[in-house]
Amino acid sequence: MSATTATSSTSPPMSSPLPAETRRPGHIHRPERVWGRIFIAPPVIGFALFALAPLIFSFYAAFTHWNGLSAPLFSGLANFRTMAGDPQFWQSLGNTLFLMLGVPLGLAISLALALALNRRIPGRAAFRVIYYLPGVSSVAAISILWQWALNGDFGLVNQLLATVGIEGPNWLAEKMWVKPALIIMGVWKGIGFSTLLYLAALQSVPRTLLEAAMLDGAGAWLRFRHVTLPMLSPVTFFLVVTGIIGSAQMFAEINIMTPTGGPEFGSATIVWYIWQQGFQNLQLGYATAMSLVLGLMIFLVTAIQFYLNSRNVFTVE
Amino acid sequence: MATTSAIPTGPLQTSGVTPDDARPRPKKSDRRFQTPADVVVFIVLCLGAFTMLLPLAWMLSTSLKTQENVFTLPPQWIPDPAQWGNYLRIWEAGPLLTGIINSSIVSLTVITIGTITSCFAAYGFAKMRIPGKNGIFLALLGGIMIPFPALMIPTFMLFSKIGWVDTLLPLIVPGLFGNLMMVFFLRQYLMSVPDSLIEAAVIDGATHPQIFSRIVLPLIRPAIAAQVILWFMGTWNDYLGPIIYLNSENVHTLQLVIANFNATYAVQTDYPLIMAASIVALLPVLVVFLVFQRQIIESIALTGNKA
Repeated sequence: MSATTATSSTSPPMSSPLPAETRRPGHIHRPERVWGRIFIAPPVIGFALFALAPLIFSFYAAFTHWNGLSAPLFSGLANFRTMAGDPQFWQSLGNTLFLMLGVPLGLAISLALALALNRRIPGRAAFRVIYYLPGVSSVAAISILWQWALNGDFGLVNQLLATVGIEGPNWLAEKMWVKPALIIMGVWKGIGFSTLLYLAALQSVPRTLLEAAMLDGAGAWLRFRHVTLPMLSPVTFFLVVTGIIGSAQMFAEINIMTPTGGPEFGSATIVWYIWQQGFQNLQLGYATAMSLVLGLMIFLVTAIQFYLNSRNVFTVE
Repeated sequence: MATTSAIPTGPLQTSGVTPDDARPRPKKSDRRFQTPADVVVFIVLCLGAFTMLLPLAWMLSTSLKTQENVFTLPPQWIPDPAQWGNYLRIWEAGPLLTGIINSSIVSLTVITIGTITSCFAAYGFAKMRIPGKNGIFLALLGGIMIPFPALMIPTFMLFSKIGWVDTLLPLIVPGLFGNLMMVFFLRQYLMSVPDSLIEAAVIDGATHPQIFSRIVLPLIRPAIAAQVILWFMGTWNDYLGPIIYLNSENVHTLQLVIANFNATYAVQTDYPLIMAASIVALLPVLVVFLVFQRQIIESIALTGNKA
C-alpha cells in the first residue's frame, strides 16, 4: 500500500498500519473501487429514481395546470396565487401547526417518565414495554380504536369523564375539541418512543459530573437544571425535529377518524388537503405546488434547528 | 472506577441515577424500594401504565361484545358471555385474509431484499475506498429529509406511467433499493470495526463479497436484527402508500382492509366487528414487539445516542 492512498481523503481516519512494500496499489484497490461502487449503487439508484426525479419533476409540475388525464399545461404562478387565496389551504396549515402543540406536551411528559424510570424501582422493563406498546401499533388500528373511544355518547373517554361528573363533548364532531382530541391521541401514541430515548440519554450522563455538582453543594433541582438537562439537549433537539417533521405529515389519523376533514374542516392537515386535492379532485398541479411548499417548510425547520443547535450543543453528528 | 472507589460508593450508588454498567439487567436490589419517594414514583408509573393500556383493553373488551351490548351504560368491561364468534365473523365480513397475504408479501419481499442491499451499501460507505463516497453519502442523508408526502404526487405519476398503479409493485420496488435509515445506522455501527481486520483479509486475498459475508456480516448481525424489526413494523403499518396506489380489494393491504371495515361497519354500528378486525391487524406487530422487545428497545436507545 503506497503512502499516497493511505492518506487520501476518502479513507477512514485511522491510517493503515500495513507495511508499504508488499503489493502494488492498483492490484489491491482496483477491485475495491469496483466492488464498492456495486455495493453502494442500489441506494444511490433508488434515491435518484424515487426521490430526486420526483423532486425535480415537482419543480416543473407545480407551475402547471394538470389534471392527470391530459399533459400538464404551463400556468406560471397561478397555483401559488390560488394557494394564497385558498382559505382551506391556510386552515389546513393552521390545523397542522396547532397539532404540533402535541410535540412539547409529549416531550415534557416523556422527560418526566424517563426521570421516573431512571430510578431503581421494580418493573422498569415492564414499564418500558407498556409505555412503548401504542408506539409500535398500526396507525390505522389505533385511529379506529380512538374514533370509537372518543365517541360522544358511548366512548371510553366520556365514560371515564362521566365517573367524575364531567359531561364530555362529542370530541370528533365539534370544531373546538377535534384538535385537542387528536393531540391527546398523538401524545398517547408517541410518548413511549421519546421516553426510551430520554432514558437512554439519562443513563449516559456521566456520574462523575453529577457527583461533582453534589460535592459543590448543588441540590437535586440544580443538578437537574445545570447538569442533566444540558446533557439531554441533543436528544431533545432530535425529538423536536423528528416530532415536527412527523406532525407535519399527519394523514392516516385524519383520514380515518374524520374522513371529510373534520367539523368545519377543523382537523384537515396539510398532507390530507394535498391528498384530497391531488387524488380526489385531480388538481395535480395545485397539489404538487402545495407539496413543494410543505417540503420547503420542513426543510427550513430542519435547517433552522440545525443552525440553532450547532451553537448550543456540543455533540451532534 | 479507581477514582470513584475513593468515595463511599454504597449509599451513592443506590440513590437516584443508575450507573451505566448496571443498565442491561436489573439487579436484585431493583426488586425492593430504596426510599419512600420511589414508592410514590412507582405508584404514579403504575397509574400511567394503566392509562396507556386502558384504550387497548377497551378495544379488546368491545371486540368481545354483542352489537347491542356495546351501548349499555355504564359500560360492561368484561362481556358476559364473551362473543368469541366475532373473531370468526370478521373473515366473512371483508377481505381480511387477502389483506394479511398482501401485507406479508410486501413486508417480506421488501425487507429480505432491502436488508441485503442496505447491508452491502453500509459496508461500502463505512469501509471501502470509493471516490467521492462522502459526498454521495451526504446527498443520501439529505434524501432522508425529504418527506414522502412532499413527493407523493410525482411518484404516483411515475408508477402510473409504467402501469404499476393498483398493483403491489409501487410498495415493493422502492424498498428493494435499500432503506436509507438502515444504511445510515449500519454504517455508524460499522465505523467501530477496525480497518486492520478488513485490510488483513484483503492482503490474504479475500474478495470483497467474501469479506462482507465472512467478516462484516457476523459482526453487525445484532444491529441488522434490530433494524429489520423496526423496518418490518413500519412497512406492515404503512397506510399512506397503500391508500394512494391501491384501488381494487384484491390488492389491499391489511391496514386498508381494516380502514374500510371501519368505514363500512361504523354505519351499521357494528363496533365489535371493527375492533376484532383491528386487533387481528395489530397482533403480528405486537407479537414481534413483545418477542424482540429487548433488541428493539436497545436499538432505539442506540438511535438516541447516535442522534
